[in-house]
Amino acid sequence: MRKTFGEFIEAFDHRTGLHSALRTFLYEEIPASSGWHQVFGSVALFLIMIQFFTGAMLAFNYAPTPGDAYNSVRYILTEVTAGRLMRGLHHWGASMIIVVVVLHMVQVFLWGAYKKPREGTWIVGVLLLLLSLAYGLTGYLLPWDNRAYWGTVVTTQIGATVPIMGPYVSRLLASTGDIGVVTFARFYGLHVLLLPPATMLLIVLHVYLVRRHGVAPAPGDELRPKKSFFPEQVFKDTVAVFVAFAILFVMAIAVRVPLERMADPTDTSYIPRPEWYFLFLFQLLKAFSGPLEVLGTVVLPTLAILALILTPFIDRSRIVRLRQRTLAFGVVALAALGWGGLTGAAVRSTPPQTEASSIDFSGPIEWMQMSPAEMAGVHYFREEKCATCHNVTGDTPKAGPNLLNTGRRHDADWLLMHFKQPSAVAPNTAMAPVDLNDAALRDLLALMLKLTPATGDVADTAPEFAAEGAYIFQKNNCGTCHAVNGVGGKIGPVLNGVSARRTEAWVIEHFQNPQKMSPKTPMPPYRFNQADMQNEVSYLFTLPDKVAGK
Amino acid sequence: MSNQFPAQTEGAEAFGQTRRAFYLAAIYALGAVISVALAIPTAIYLLVAPRAPKETGFIDAGDISELTPGAPVELSFQESRIDGWRPETQQKTAWVVKTPDNKILAFGPQCTHLACAYHWENGQNKFVCPCHGSEFSIDGKVLVGPAARPLDRYQTKIENNRLQLGELKQSQG
Repeated sequence: MRKTFGEFIEAFDHRTGLHSALRTFLYEEIPASSGWHQVFGSVALFLIMIQFFTGAMLAFNYAPTPGDAYNSVRYILTEVTAGRLMRGLHHWGASMIIVVVVLHMVQVFLWGAYKKPREGTWIVGVLLLLLSLAYGLTGYLLPWDNRAYWGTVVTTQIGATVPIMGPYVSRLLASTGDIGVVTFARFYGLHVLLLPPATMLLIVLHVYLVRRHGVAPAPGDELRPKKSFFPEQVFKDTVAVFVAFAILFVMAIAVRVPLERMADPTDTSYIPRPEWYFLFLFQLLKAFSGPLEVLGTVVLPTLAILALILTPFIDRSRIVRLRQRTLAFGVVALAALGWGGLTGAAVRSTPPQTEASSIDFSGPIEWMQMSPAEMAGVHYFREEKCATCHNVTGDTPKAGPNLLNTGRRHDADWLLMHFKQPSAVAPNTAMAPVDLNDAALRDLLALMLKLTPATGDVADTAPEFAAEGAYIFQKNNCGTCHAVNGVGGKIGPVLNGVSARRTEAWVIEHFQNPQKMSPKTPMPPYRFNQADMQNEVSYLFTLPDKVAGK
Repeated sequence: MSNQFPAQTEGAEAFGQTRRAFYLAAIYALGAVISVALAIPTAIYLLVAPRAPKETGFIDAGDISELTPGAPVELSFQESRIDGWRPETQQKTAWVVKTPDNKILAFGPQCTHLACAYHWENGQNKFVCPCHGSEFSIDGKVLVGPAARPLDRYQTKIENNRLQLGELKQSQG
């Protein structure tokens, strides 16, 4: 059997040369000093493949036009099984590539591996770094949420400040006017059609150059026998790849990638922030204002890129021992300090987003299907601090009974009585009467009946603005005229899908002065205070567009 | 397989051999773990049906108080459904029949052979499909092939003289 297999390989190799090619590739000779410090290139290559793969998988469930893009990402997160994992891998994989590519460059820089005759390899590597950043910039827009939209507005504005080239950059990215369908198409085209083949081409060139010149030796290597790339170095590379993959996989599962509200060009309260690896540039920009701004947006970044590209020509000394590279260590330390300082300052100066503007649609969304009464029940549940004595889904020991499946054990009348006068129906209870009016008790009751295993954690996980919004909705009897999630009157329009029909500004204005916005409406004006208004509008705007089962 | 590769150098002792075997095993094992960890979620992602929104209940198809026995009419109605991530409203039709014993039947508008649109021939008192000549009786049974199954029926319900249509059930051949 073994012999037959060997013969088969031989015959196959005779016709294709694949096996010999693989052998030549694997048994490449590398310097004796090679080892763990040279694994980063392989890890970066592996991560790029992960990106290509997960990117293609996401494209299977993604519609590349504004609006639809957002809905399809939401579909991936909420309806497609393992969709969250797939997006998590793609999102965190992008960040990891930046980390690994930078580690790779730092290693090459410290060891002086960019020196003659390997200048070309280094320059191609710098181009690959720039490509990685370009992926980040273009991919940022594709979920079409507020974060994507406003982040891209800022990015394209920066592009427009480039002297002479600015207007052409804007026209190229179709961002002269508003960010819209054409901009989106350009970003998508760049991200999936132009950048990947460019990356592949440069990677082939990069690996070819590495092979042509061989792995850079350290001083002393010329006296020691060379090693074979396979299997020892391949083993080390594989271990590193595995560690990277394990970290990526755990992050994709454990760290949620937010999907905020759909891009809203009228949302003037949104504070855009770039991806973490661009934060230092963002912070740098703050140091320059007025006519000097171009220093931060264009001149300094261009100089930095030029310095990177020219590194092999600036430092033309021979390769020396790592210990003698004090200057190189200094440069790396300085760069790390500068980057870390600017990034830290940017993080510190980031005001906390108001919860409503950064709704995490990738989080639990059961609450979106609940009726306003049930959601108002969440407000009372929290206001009355029911969770002090009762668990719903948790299991910390508490004084009162677990409330899961309450609706199955007791009927509505029993529960209402129990709220008002606990000891009347449960003689030995230690519970105090719930001091709320009848309407409020009915809302709390509605929630009690919903505490099933499927929706039980809503009392813990539903966002504050939604509970508050529903509370205001109930208190003002909005449900008399308007239906939400299939419950409510038919006099006014159904409020599901209002986010698709109206802007936030319009709705706020409409609350304050209904007749101004729609002259024939019988709706009375509502003058909520600012916090209430924000909660109410956010609540209405996060309702599902379509009511399930209706 | 090892005879395919260059012989070990001078120092190829038992120790080196064991180490080499360990490297190979680790490379294959780690590679396999990564492949499986990617392949399983990918298979789930691609093959498991997405969490669909609940079945849309009955849809109002119109007034049937004017319907006379033996004279099928084609009713058209709007059906809302969610196509992937996009809510859609579709125009749909059903052939509605009142049988002599006052039962209401509603047929899906497509022939059970190859899904052409059939129609009612008034003179011949039967449903005729123009594509391949299938014919069905007023209660949907096959009179002439090639169709092998009777016409598909909607679940029906009548409220205040209005016909409510449920799921279109595929008929059994």
